[in-house]
Amino acid sequence: MTQNLIIIGAGMATGRAIEHLVETAPDAYNITLFNAEPRGNYNRIMLSPVLAGDKTYEEIVTHDDAWYAEHGVTCRFGERVAKIDRAAKTVTAANGDVLAYDKLMFGTGSNPFMIPLPGHDLEGVIAYRDLEDTEQMMAMGPDNKVVVIGGGLLGLEAAAGMAARGVDVTVVHIMGHLMERQLDEAAGYLLRKALIDKGITVKCSANSKEILGENGKVRALLLDDGTELPCDLLVMAVGIRPNVALAQEAGLAVGKGIHVDDQMITSDADVLAVGECVEHQGAIFGLVAPLYDQAKVAAQTLLGEEAAFVQKELSTKLKVTGCDLFSAGDFSDGEGREDIVFRDPARGVYRRLVVEDNALVGAVMYGDTADSNWFYGLIKDKTDIAEMRDTLIFGPAYQGGDTADPLSAVAALPRDAEICGCNGISKGQIEDAIAAGSTDLGAIKATTKASASCGTCTGLVEQVLAVTLGDDFVIPAAQSVCGCTEMTHEDVRRMIKSQKLTSMAAVMQECGWKTSCGCHVCRPALNFYLLADWPLEYQDDPQSRFINERKHANIQKDGTFSVVPRMWGGITNAKELRAIADAADKYNVPTVKVTGGQRIDLLGVKGEDLPAIWADLNAAGMVSGHAYSKGLRTVKTCVGTDHCRFGTQDSTGLGIKLEKALWGSWTPHKVKLAVSGCPRNCAEATCKDVGVICVDSGYEVSVGGAAGMDLKETEALAKAPTEQEAIDLTVAFVQLYRENAKYLDRPYKFIAKVGLNWVKERVVDDLDERAALIKRFELSQSIYRKDPWAEHVSEKADSYQPLANLMLEAAE
Amino acid sequence: MTDWIDIADLNDVPKRGARVVKTREGCVAIFRTGADEVFALDNACPHKQGPLAEGIVHGASVTCPLHNWVISLETGLVQGEDEGQVATYPARVEGGRILLDATFLRARAVA
Repeated sequence: MTQNLIIIGAGMATGRAIEHLVETAPDAYNITLFNAEPRGNYNRIMLSPVLAGDKTYEEIVTHDDAWYAEHGVTCRFGERVAKIDRAAKTVTAANGDVLAYDKLMFGTGSNPFMIPLPGHDLEGVIAYRDLEDTEQMMAMGPDNKVVVIGGGLLGLEAAAGMAARGVDVTVVHIMGHLMERQLDEAAGYLLRKALIDKGITVKCSANSKEILGENGKVRALLLDDGTELPCDLLVMAVGIRPNVALAQEAGLAVGKGIHVDDQMITSDADVLAVGECVEHQGAIFGLVAPLYDQAKVAAQTLLGEEAAFVQKELSTKLKVTGCDLFSAGDFSDGEGREDIVFRDPARGVYRRLVVEDNALVGAVMYGDTADSNWFYGLIKDKTDIAEMRDTLIFGPAYQGGDTADPLSAVAALPRDAEICGCNGISKGQIEDAIAAGSTDLGAIKATTKASASCGTCTGLVEQVLAVTLGDDFVIPAAQSVCGCTEMTHEDVRRMIKSQKLTSMAAVMQECGWKTSCGCHVCRPALNFYLLADWPLEYQDDPQSRFINERKHANIQKDGTFSVVPRMWGGITNAKELRAIADAADKYNVPTVKVTGGQRIDLLGVKGEDLPAIWADLNAAGMVSGHAYSKGLRTVKTCVGTDHCRFGTQDSTGLGIKLEKALWGSWTPHKVKLAVSGCPRNCAEATCKDVGVICVDSGYEVSVGGAAGMDLKETEALAKAPTEQEAIDLTVAFVQLYRENAKYLDRPYKFIAKVGLNWVKERVVDDLDERAALIKRFELSQSIYRKDPWAEHVSEKADSYQPLANLMLEAAE
Repeated sequence: MTDWIDIADLNDVPKRGARVVKTREGCVAIFRTGADEVFALDNACPHKQGPLAEGIVHGASVTCPLHNWVISLETGLVQGEDEGQVATYPARVEGGRILLDATFLRARAVA
């Protein structure tokens, strides 16, 4: 006997269920299909091509009127279901019709989540969910600005679709990188870069504060940093929530979604549910593959067949706006887990495999996802990959053959294969140069220019040399930054500047980092290089800093800290000394010491007391002395003409001016200065990084001294007739050092590498270059010349306290 | 038997960072990796008792701030040439909250 089946919602899951039913048993059910949208089932996934103008709505319709008619489905489109009476087994339509059912199926889908920001109800604030939303976006053109909140799949597709129509689009994403659920940071970086290339503005780590309106219509989005993003339309694509309202009213068991068992049956044996509205074993669903599985199981259940829905290993293969992406399994770090990372900066390819116990457990791929099915199979089947581990990352084409040898791969390249992409140099040209007598890397660079630009092909050029010359050429082992990369510090700095790399993820991708997030050796170096070269673009990362610079105090061997307030030029007064004495009493400071840099060190302060002691010292007008930083430490002075009968200039005054100009700046290593008022040199200026000796006719500025592991006298840089010129020379030298030195090289080591003449040419002789260096230093100081203590006291004092105190818990 | 206790919001610990929880038997360091996993270890390096919570977190390891020993967050084992092990405690994240196993912490107090 034919039974009545009522289906609520004409979406992709219920559409697929109807197909199964009418194909397998066309006479089993009289189907009535309700849909709140005034249309039948269409392929929602294809809304993005519709938005981009690649397809029309008609092309993405799955079931048209003729199809429903042919299969005897009664359509009630544009009609909501008002009420369900499960006892009487009836459904009441919005117009009052009461329909009896034998079986009922929910396919109510999901609702877009709207962030309840002030102004979210303004006209022109929409979600991206259905055809109406799509049509509003399609109405935008080159004269319009649109802001999309949400850097997930849906938000990015909306952004790219509108950008293809010439709209000025900005994506605002709260997390640090795009699509953080599917992608790791490196792949997120590549995606961001691809979107920027399409003219889309991308703002990550951006918090929306308020939607601003005018006459009831959206005008701009305000971020919590005060930035205003003007827009004619604001699209919120921050996520979806299962639409459970009707099921809840009907008294069905509901959690995040409508609870269903493996047969897709809800808490009522005659009611089923499929699609985005369901919750199965705690999971909810947004991708189409599991929804189709559910639809099939539901249809089989309705026909009395045995079937069970099983959640499969999650994999996502997506094409976001022309960029191929794939992720599967679990790609988080962990003990016993190893990363195999492959990056091809030239092609914008990134692959990361996560291996555990000789099996692949996760994979992230960007740019080239051709082998993704193979990798997905390995994850799903938990295949033992021990045998193919070395070549696993290259995909199935490289399995089963000889062990891959990079040299044999290079040997197999044809003569016209391009080796140096920057200069268009082929393997053949390098071979010819070798034959003509260029038998090392330097000679190849000089004769062909290969590897002389960005340097990423250096390894390849060396391999060509090795293949061509055989045993006559040994690939030099250049000192790389650390085990995470083959590149040297110099290579990395050059890449950061020439390729305009402004984030750590960008450096790690473009320089082929072998680890997912670096290590304690490379991260502090990269953090410095990035903030030194891109002070405005890059945001300092405290987690990539050594503890002393993260907590702005020097860690001691017992885990306590030392606190050194700044004493400008070594000058203090009774008020400051009283405040220091009071602080020493108040915080039980065990040791108070006068330092070699003419200031006072409070040793043995507890980490949790730091914000409080800083606040006390701040109140007396003192700021951080940066005694812990790779940055400006002290400017030591003598008393100069103020008091000394031999003084020739105001050495104390100059010292204070220099300290005020340089404080807060980060440098490759610590920087110490001194100014002596006469050649007797009481301030010991000639063993400092920069030393100034005052003489009757002006100021002798010298650089590159050391009094540490090495002992070295400074070398004369220049003689300055005026105090201002002495300051200019010092600032320009410090900036040159910041821009070019290797991390953890003191200035004397830097000078030994580049030569004093190279320094003089830029800082002394070329006045334009000197001015440019000073200008760049000032730009950087506009960000960094501030007291970190005061900032931490007001913004992150809590982070210095224990996360929790379980003294009582543990005692139970 | 486990007895999970709620400690704090996940976001109270910075990504690739750590905070400490005080107990009568010294501090336990709670680490959060770049992939948002959490781990709980004694806040003392086996070398010279350096406060591990102040170290740089990379992958699923932390580098001690005193002498750069690298310690696995999952096993507590010292990596590389050096030898030693730090006690680890069950920790997990649920609904954005960090949970610790009180049974283990108590066992630690007795030990």
